[in-house]
Amino acid sequence: MVDALFLKRKATEIRKDLLKMIYEAGTGHTGSSLSNTDILTALYYGVMRIDPENPDWEDRDRYVQSKGHAVESYWAVLADKGFFPKDELSTFSQFGSRLIGHPNNKVPGVEMNTGALGHGLSISVGMALAGKKDNKSYKVYTLMGDGEQAEGSVWEAAMAASQYKLDNLVGIIDHNRLQITGSTADVMSNEPLDEKWRSFGWEVVEVDGNDVVELVNTFKKAPYVSGKPTMVLANTVKGKGISLAENEAGWHHRVPKKEEYEQAMDELTKQLEVLQ
Amino acid sequence: MNNVALKASTGNKIANRKVISDTLLELAKVNKDIFVLTSDSRGSASMVPFAEALPDQLIEVGIAEQNLVGISAGLAASGKKPFVASPACFLSMRSIEQIKVDVAYSRTNVRLIGISGGVSYGALGMSHHSVQDLAVTRAIPGLHVMMPADRHETKKMIEALVDYDTPVYLRIGRNPVEDCYLNHDYDFEIGKAVTMNEGNDVTIIAAGETVRVALDTAEALQNDGIHTRVLNMHTIKPLDEAAIIKVAQETGRIITLEEHSVYGGLGAAVSEVVSQNHPVPMEIIGIPDEPAITGKTPEVFNHYGISADNVSKIAKQMIGY
Repeated sequence: MVDALFLKRKATEIRKDLLKMIYEAGTGHTGSSLSNTDILTALYYGVMRIDPENPDWEDRDRYVQSKGHAVESYWAVLADKGFFPKDELSTFSQFGSRLIGHPNNKVPGVEMNTGALGHGLSISVGMALAGKKDNKSYKVYTLMGDGEQAEGSVWEAAMAASQYKLDNLVGIIDHNRLQITGSTADVMSNEPLDEKWRSFGWEVVEVDGNDVVELVNTFKKAPYVSGKPTMVLANTVKGKGISLAENEAGWHHRVPKKEEYEQAMDELTKQLEVLQ
Repeated sequence: MNNVALKASTGNKIANRKVISDTLLELAKVNKDIFVLTSDSRGSASMVPFAEALPDQLIEVGIAEQNLVGISAGLAASGKKPFVASPACFLSMRSIEQIKVDVAYSRTNVRLIGISGGVSYGALGMSHHSVQDLAVTRAIPGLHVMMPADRHETKKMIEALVDYDTPVYLRIGRNPVEDCYLNHDYDFEIGKAVTMNEGNDVTIIAAGETVRVALDTAEALQNDGIHTRVLNMHTIKPLDEAAIIKVAQETGRIITLEEHSVYGGLGAAVSEVVSQNHPVPMEIIGIPDEPAITGKTPEVFNHYGISADNVSKIAKQMIGY
């Protein structure tokens, strides 16, 4: 049974954590991290089999964040799950910190170093193949951006996952329709994404990517078709949760000023108060 | 060294890719974690017998080198021992970002085998020549770089790589090569250069298929009373710096010989050590900064002076013979 209230509260708390990190560090991908917060919350609190005490447990589900730049929500979730102490979040992007601006697998819980777009799905294909070879039941989840779909290597991996019938692989597209320069439709149109992925042999499921309950239910049902990889097309709002950043491409990696930060934290606090 | 084949044999040539395939087949029958990955390259990698004998341990990714390396990294992160066999020209260029990030930076233990390297694709031109790969790969932290000279060294290297704890880029050529060793009976250590011939007048440092040229040169110079030390630098990284400093001190002259651009390869690596530790005169022989001329390997080698005749001449000039 999904505890909707718990999940919604958790997502809002993660948003507060990541905003604080970005504000204090003076750097970060604000809009991108807010966009995928609900996806990460769903996976880590409602779906994945993981053990923070034993991060390298060989039967664990794997998560690969191909859109590595949206790392702040990831760090906040991993810390909250207990993979490392929460007070370490204050070292984000500081000199010599292991909590850098992209996933770093020197941190417990992080599978791979990512940041160069278009890499994560291939890596995940390898992990899913290994799982099949070993008759393991673990699943591999990979989060990509929609702007990232312009990378040719994504489609190399798409073909391979389908060829090898990797139904233990779940791809997720954070489909917020914005990228650093502006609208993805203007920069390099990739629609219709659902048809593209279907034609590459994937089962495509479309969801509200900021509805954490719907996300959990969607992930739990995968695979939808035996022998087929699943692509969750998660329709999201970039900057979700703070009104001044929502649907604004300019907030891709903008850092809030003091007043903006206070206003945003205030909004999130009010959202938490409603979720009682 | 008493097992060095000082004189080139006749008719005993075998391609290193065949040795790799045979060795891996033997090892993979016992070790089920070994996987070979190909990018529509099983034929050029001589991996067809492997694919037929162990179909579950050969993963074909099609003509998609980025995916090839990414998948291998994922397999390695899941406890497998992937050996990637793909043409050096594509593997070291098309997928270099995956090599840098997914393999070296993420510390996944992938063994990257660049087949048909150097100018061994001969007439196919610069798109298929691979004479920048050492420069590119040796600049990546956490990646080791190797180049075997003949079938004996190739076998030793592959055996050593099964349990080696660092990702590796290993480059071989396409064509059958002469032996440099008489047999398999010697100690091989990654990162330890092998003295193939003793001598104190000049040192030739070579790697891969130029080791044979170095030995032939030493043989030719011997007839003129010149004693040439030959150092086989089979591991380009980590470089055996101590061995380089020693030959600089003891022989005072160094010639490097490589099937690679003169920029950033073996000669550059050696000169970085020599210039900062014990400067001595050096000559760097390799492919100049131009699209390499096309032709069979010996023809291309001859054209660029990677030949016993030319290297002998240069050695004599250095010595003042």
